[in-house]
Amino acid sequence: MLSRVADSIYWMGCYVERAENVARFIDVNLQLMLDSPDYVGQQWEPLVFISGDHEDFAKRYGKATQDNVLKFLAFDYENPNSIVSCLRAARQNARSVREIISSEMWLQLNKFYLMVKSVAEQGLNLDSMHQFFDEVKSASHLFNGITEATMTHGEGWHFCRLSKQLERADKTSRILDVKYFILLRSVTDVGTAWDDIQWAAVLRSTSAFEMYRKDHGRITPKGVVDYLLLNRFFPRAIHHCLISARESLHSISGTPIGSYKNPAEKLLGQLCSEFSYASVDEVIAFGLHEYLDGLQVKMNHIGTEIHETFFAKKTAPVRHGLGMSQFQSQ
Amino acid sequence: MRFEEYQLDGCFDEMFGEAGQPRPAARLLAKRIEGLPTEELVSRQRAADRALVQMGITFNVYGESAGVEKTLPFDLIPRIIAGTEWNRIERGLKQRIQALNLFLDDLYHDQHILNDGIIPREVILSSKGFRPQCVGFKPPRGIWCHITGTDLVRHHDGQIYVLEDNLRCPSGVSYVLQNRQLMKSLFPGVFASARIRPVSNYPLRLRDMLEYLAPDGGPPRMVLLTPGVFNSAYFEHSFLAQQMGIELVEGSDLVVSDGYVWMRTTRGFEKVDVIYRRIDDDFLDPLAFRADSMLGVPGLMEAYRAGNVALANAPGTGVADDKVVYAYVPKIIKYYLKQEAILPNVPTYICSEEADLNYVLENLDKLVVKAANESGGYGMLIGPHSTAEMRADFAQKIQQNPRNYIAQPTLSLSRVPTLINETLEGRHVDLRPYILYSKEIFVLPGGLTRVALKKGSLVVNSSQGGGTKDSWVLAENELDEKEPALEGQSAKTEAAPC
Repeated sequence: MLSRVADSIYWMGCYVERAENVARFIDVNLQLMLDSPDYVGQQWEPLVFISGDHEDFAKRYGKATQDNVLKFLAFDYENPNSIVSCLRAARQNARSVREIISSEMWLQLNKFYLMVKSVAEQGLNLDSMHQFFDEVKSASHLFNGITEATMTHGEGWHFCRLSKQLERADKTSRILDVKYFILLRSVTDVGTAWDDIQWAAVLRSTSAFEMYRKDHGRITPKGVVDYLLLNRFFPRAIHHCLISARESLHSISGTPIGSYKNPAEKLLGQLCSEFSYASVDEVIAFGLHEYLDGLQVKMNHIGTEIHETFFAKKTAPVRHGLGMSQFQSQ
Repeated sequence: MRFEEYQLDGCFDEMFGEAGQPRPAARLLAKRIEGLPTEELVSRQRAADRALVQMGITFNVYGESAGVEKTLPFDLIPRIIAGTEWNRIERGLKQRIQALNLFLDDLYHDQHILNDGIIPREVILSSKGFRPQCVGFKPPRGIWCHITGTDLVRHHDGQIYVLEDNLRCPSGVSYVLQNRQLMKSLFPGVFASARIRPVSNYPLRLRDMLEYLAPDGGPPRMVLLTPGVFNSAYFEHSFLAQQMGIELVEGSDLVVSDGYVWMRTTRGFEKVDVIYRRIDDDFLDPLAFRADSMLGVPGLMEAYRAGNVALANAPGTGVADDKVVYAYVPKIIKYYLKQEAILPNVPTYICSEEADLNYVLENLDKLVVKAANESGGYGMLIGPHSTAEMRADFAQKIQQNPRNYIAQPTLSLSRVPTLINETLEGRHVDLRPYILYSKEIFVLPGGLTRVALKKGSLVVNSSQGGGTKDSWVLAENELDEKEPALEGQSAKTEAAPC
């Protein structure tokens, strides 16, 4: 597969996943705010922190009101991580590899973009917000399903899955981290009903609420962290995402799992091992926020190494030995 | 929807004869349209428009801010071509392409046609499309013009004329395929009863043609070389690559080493054997042509000349697109094939010839003047629609550089009913069939019908407000011949001449 094509597929997958996750955490926050006791007030700022773009936000918007945050995270073309920007980027990448992905994937992604674009133009009111974020989630799920069902599960598909899983792991870690920011502001709430509601919201934003209930029953901070960080089987849990990413990375290169041929495989393998033998008590003792921070740095390194290994333009000339068999057959 | 109010305006109409009765080949369609309520027709048109947006079948518009995509307007009333008429067109196109290929081969080798004085040598040597880099080169299988998109028009005399040859990188065939796909979903009933020649095998034909060019040994790797996602025809490049199952590459994906062309993949470099290039000669290889090209592949021509990679179309075919060279094509056909041209040229005045120049300057208000090396409807004066100021401007340009201009009488292109604001009105059309030169010459039945959507306009180019229609070539001419035309199907024939 062409390096440029692999690069585009990788980013296409990543941006669709990012758009979905942004919709997830805005929607949950929205639900949360509607439930919040009066004295808590509106807390929209944590969302900007999750996205990691708080400096840009502060510069251009100033105060974190509901309207500002929604506009910034959902419809701001200047914010490269807003839902509409992510879809525009995903579509642009898809457009440059239209001949590689299936027509159905393109059609769905194009419709998805046009839907978000038209809402961005019309604006949203409180009544239609929930419906919109739901539609974004569904459209992303539909895209994933179509990708699963219509694209050969070969190299391109694995690049798409690899980026999706890494992006999802990153976003789950940020959603977990948002509690850190909220907690700082309302220390007195720990252990109260409002605290439980917040932890439940964290689960809901990753669609994990029901699955968690089946496994753990009671909602405890430790239980939620354990579930979203270390569960091997829940599809939005970080550990699960890393395992899936590793599968795809090794399918692309053909290197057996447990060994490595490039730095990306080495780093991802090390991280998976770390997760296999981690316990939630150690993580909390270490400090959840600090742990998640370190995790995000490691995942960034993996992303950089994937770029270097597969996409970066090699300037080295073709070696004479390469492709000799093809010369000889002529 | 009724045709009672439909006006022929004295034009040649592709659907209706002079008496206002549907032409035999168009009877079935006219009947179907009559049978559909207006709202139904309009709603099918809207469905088609929506599908185009959702499928992202768009082109980029130059001159507007980067990345502006538009859909090419599509009109759902097709153009009908009778089978016997098409058979003659097909013969004419094959004859023309065969002669042009011989002409190109001669130009880059012995130049008999110049030595024999059939075409003035300076016309060729001064042509922008003539590539000294190709002199002496034998392209794979002796073919230069693998893909041609000849522009045809019908004048009100009923005759089909060749307007342009387009031997470089003709675009538009993807719209032929997509339009047909759309029409089949909009009018399945008509397709079931009319025998319309299919077009869907074009990508396979194209692929076979590319494979035929490959250097010997092993299954060849073929790629389509695009200038990239911001090119106006990018959709087509991507669509054709997908339909053929070949890789779509940009210049930066390719590298020349050891005299071979390689592409950069996630597993290292892989050899490329055939390139269907949709980049003009000028930008193909900065070492051989324009040094400032960022789109091409340095060293590509060297690999090509060594016979290690095939290019379609061959570099150097642009000389035949020069509109001055076009004027000589009937002579070219006669010279190489000893035949009269089956499809006539539009009579053409060559401004570098003095008598012609004087005539052109005196009759600018009646003529269409074209720059010899422009396309897309640019660099053109349509005399009858021009202002005195525009004519003065062109007169000056022509006198400054007569070699660069030709002029032709203003043709009144034939018309086809077109859905405009919920009524049917006649709009002018041309036709671009696509021809593939492989082991044998293949002509895709029909081709792209381009339609000038502005009332009275003769400019069909997509960059200038044109749209497209599906073109139906009937398998047999006698379709529904025995069925009498229905009452009320006739269109109005009075009114001023076209």
